[in-house]
Amino acid sequence: MGTDPKHLEITLETQVESVNLAEEMCLRVAEAAGFGEDDCYKIGMSVREGVINAFHYGNQERPEKKIHLAVDLTGEKMIIHVLDEGAGFTLSDVPDPLAEENLLSTSGRGIFLMRAFMDEFDVVPGRTGGAEIVMAKKLPLQENPGTNGQGSQGATPPQGV
Amino acid sequence: MALRATHRDAAQATVVDLSGKITLGEGSALLRKTIRGLLDDKRIHIVLNLADVDYIDSSGIGELVSAYTTAKGRGGELKLLHLTKKVHDLLQLTKLYTVFDVYTEESAALSSFK
Repeated sequence: MGTDPKHLEITLETQVESVNLAEEMCLRVAEAAGFGEDDCYKIGMSVREGVINAFHYGNQERPEKKIHLAVDLTGEKMIIHVLDEGAGFTLSDVPDPLAEENLLSTSGRGIFLMRAFMDEFDVVPGRTGGAEIVMAKKLPLQENPGTNGQGSQGATPPQGV
Repeated sequence: MALRATHRDAAQATVVDLSGKITLGEGSALLRKTIRGLLDDKRIHIVLNLADVDYIDSSGIGELVSAYTTAKGRGGELKLLHLTKKVHDLLQLTKLYTVFDVYTEESAALSSFK
């Protein structure tokens, strides 16, 4: 992996299609960065959940609001930012989906999945006043690509990132 | 891949064969519509065959839970069959594996309704 940091930003509409678009974009970056199949699945799912969170809870599905997605690739990790234009929220206020009383809830598992699938996860106040999800995955070790599942060998740095 | 759903009557239950992704949008909506249609048709014993479903997001998980509780609310039952590894792992992670009745053989899933 090259040591030059790379940055990609995109502004998404508050619509369901943005979820797939964001996932596909980040998957391309992750694959190009050398992540294996399992890590790509976890990164893709986390991006998906982050954008669903912004779409549904942050922006309340209001089309005039935007979702801001940014990806940073450093020498050590892939960092993903998902920023909404909602009222913001505090992480400690989010109910635990594994609690007995919440197991049969039909929603509220997105934050839990992002936490489980990424190496780093936080929610901070965003510059737009909304919530900014910041999550990161450590890059696979280049000298031992076999430890991260398939796809690490011969990986090239992402283009245009 | 968009979700596809077909159903067939088998012994004591209706088996719904799903293939594709159960995710926010059309996938979740199709699952909801399919289950509601069966329940409205008094087919309250349902087996969801997930053999060809390898991707479910939190919206899809919510829809599975909704299908399970809705079937129960109508006096029926909903059981899961042939989980792929990703779906199996996801249900374990979210502790839902202990909530759903999960089967690896269709005959066992069907006979469980007796």
